[in-house]
Amino acid sequence: MGNLYDKKSLNEIKNSFEKWEKETLQNWLNQVPEREKEFTNLSNIPIKILYTPADLEDFDYNAKLGFPGNYPYTRGIHATMYRARLWTMRMFSGFGGPEETNKRLKFLIEHGETGLSLAFDYPTLIGIDPDDPMAEGEVGIVGVSVPTIEDMKIVFDGINMGQVTTNMTINPPAPVLLSFYVGVAEMQGVPYDKIGGTTQNDPLKEFIAQKSYVFPPEPAVRVSMDLIEWSVKNLPKWNPISVSGYHIREAGSTAVQELAFTIADGIEYVRQLISRGLDVDEFAHRISFFWDSHINFFEEIAKFRAARRMWAKIMKEWFHAKKERSMWMRFHTQTAGVSLTAQQPWNNIIRTTIEAMAAVLGGTQSLHTNSFDEPFRVPSEFAAKIALRTQQIIAYESGIADTIDPLAGSYYVEWLTDEIEEKAWNYIDRIEKLGGMLEAVKKGFPQRELTEASYNYQRQVEEKRKYIVGVNIFEDNQVDEIRNVPLLEFDQAEIERRQISRIRKIRSERDKELWERSLNELRKAAEKDVNLMPYILQAAKAKATLGEIISALKEVFGSYVEPPIY
Amino acid sequence: MLSLQYTKYQYKVLVAKLGIDGHDRGAKVIARALKDAGFEVIYTGIRQTPEQIVSAALQEDVDVIGVSILSGAHIHHMNKLMEELKNAGAEDIPVVVGGTIPVIDVDELKKIGVKEVFLPGESLNRIVDVVRRLAEEKKKAEK
Repeated sequence: MGNLYDKKSLNEIKNSFEKWEKETLQNWLNQVPEREKEFTNLSNIPIKILYTPADLEDFDYNAKLGFPGNYPYTRGIHATMYRARLWTMRMFSGFGGPEETNKRLKFLIEHGETGLSLAFDYPTLIGIDPDDPMAEGEVGIVGVSVPTIEDMKIVFDGINMGQVTTNMTINPPAPVLLSFYVGVAEMQGVPYDKIGGTTQNDPLKEFIAQKSYVFPPEPAVRVSMDLIEWSVKNLPKWNPISVSGYHIREAGSTAVQELAFTIADGIEYVRQLISRGLDVDEFAHRISFFWDSHINFFEEIAKFRAARRMWAKIMKEWFHAKKERSMWMRFHTQTAGVSLTAQQPWNNIIRTTIEAMAAVLGGTQSLHTNSFDEPFRVPSEFAAKIALRTQQIIAYESGIADTIDPLAGSYYVEWLTDEIEEKAWNYIDRIEKLGGMLEAVKKGFPQRELTEASYNYQRQVEEKRKYIVGVNIFEDNQVDEIRNVPLLEFDQAEIERRQISRIRKIRSERDKELWERSLNELRKAAEKDVNLMPYILQAAKAKATLGEIISALKEVFGSYVEPPIY
Repeated sequence: MLSLQYTKYQYKVLVAKLGIDGHDRGAKVIARALKDAGFEVIYTGIRQTPEQIVSAALQEDVDVIGVSILSGAHIHHMNKLMEELKNAGAEDIPVVVGGTIPVIDVDELKKIGVKEVFLPGESLNRIVDVVRRLAEEKKKAEK
């Protein structure tokens, strides 16, 4: 046991607190009332005026917090945390064609970025080629176009894939992009055990939030689990999945919902993998997570701490993991894109700073900081550099990273960590009763919860119960300030033409027989109960395009169409 | 509650996601706000083509088309949509668009016939007001 306070001290504190409320606080309130009727965070949890040890009654230090690197990992997954190694500064980037993105990656590496992260364009995200009619006008806008192994080769031209780790934000086509990546690494002479990085590969949150789904839920989960199983056996340094709360949050959830739905997704994946006959300790250490860091500072810090504690408990008590590493929640964080405003855009630098500080105080393993110009377009080089420098200032100047979990023991932060955890468990119970997250998604449960939460939030903004500086308070209508933001300019139409002509050239020059056979074998494999990864890798090497591989799978699995609920 | 005034007649609005981006938060919030303000709302879901949107608008005989695009491809897609509307002889249906649209693109969108462009941070009240005004104008013109 490690109770923080004995009964006698607690009673004394409670008595003096009551005395303070009656004698001091009331007098002040009589003179100057509070400025809001109720203070709530973004999860609509009411926040009290003051927290004291009385809010942490029966708080068992050892059970709730422990020590960094020890169960339940509330204070951090490593014993040394940032004193030994800073978080990885991983800037999500990509635009235009592979040439433009190669140049941007080199720029970021040159300025001290420590890990790569690829943003793909919409056609790539949903598995169609640049000359597909649906891709018209979309090639290279929100990320890089990578429809073939040849394009991936250009993205990594002059970058040693054995020395960098790369995150790829890609979901239904994840096995295809991973195959391109592995294929190019092989060409560079990098052995499988030196290939490091992450595929997002989180199918359930596609139906809940990100909406770049392709296949219906069940085959979508199968394809994703195939990637994980293959990766665990073949790529020891690869994180085959990044279970993502980010998109759930950006699509309008509260912090509590983000936490609960994402952990419930993770539970579903662990069950799926165990049902394939894998031992939990064989794969659990390769599962990573991805969180949003929103603008309510303490709420986010509490969320990160609760997340680690919950996952450790689930892995230990539900799934009987034995290895410590299986219980670690390792995670990437991105500051909240949705918190940025087009109005007074320079203020976004400040928002991102606050959110990045919360991520670091929450113990993240890697971090992307948004650029201030992202309400308009993918970032300019100038804006991306400020965002990277924001992390470097936190790391090297602020002292925030000099001691582990410095907010532990704060009455407020510990109370809030417990509160968020409890509310998240309630959601997880409801999802369990629906049969787990795959079933819950099929029933539309998290989807409806998000629709409600985002509408509720928007109404709070309209009614000025939640403030956004420059939007519903301190507005100044300085349109010139917006017009003068130097946005990234590139000739999208030209890039689209280039990508189309490249893919057509690749199609005409490849070995037809090899290509056709690889796709036929893939189709046959999809109909059977076998792991698809080797077939997809074979097709990628035979220069089958992204669109062709995904189409072959759609022929077997069908396509998902969402019921339009609002 | 929102200070949304209820409309006298039940106007019909099509809320559509044009292009292939999956960001449907805004479209759904607006669909809901229009519904709460008394409109009949048809929401298309994501990944709609200009042809699908025009065909849904004609079939449902809507008074306004509201398009949501957060992919940055708004100029390209809106050009196609306005063309398609013209080809179908339906250019009397007013079209509005919202999303992650930089202010520098507003003039170009208006030039091709888009009635109103809602930029990030726009209030629901104003969106509802504009949509209602456009619906009323269309009804008046029909008489």
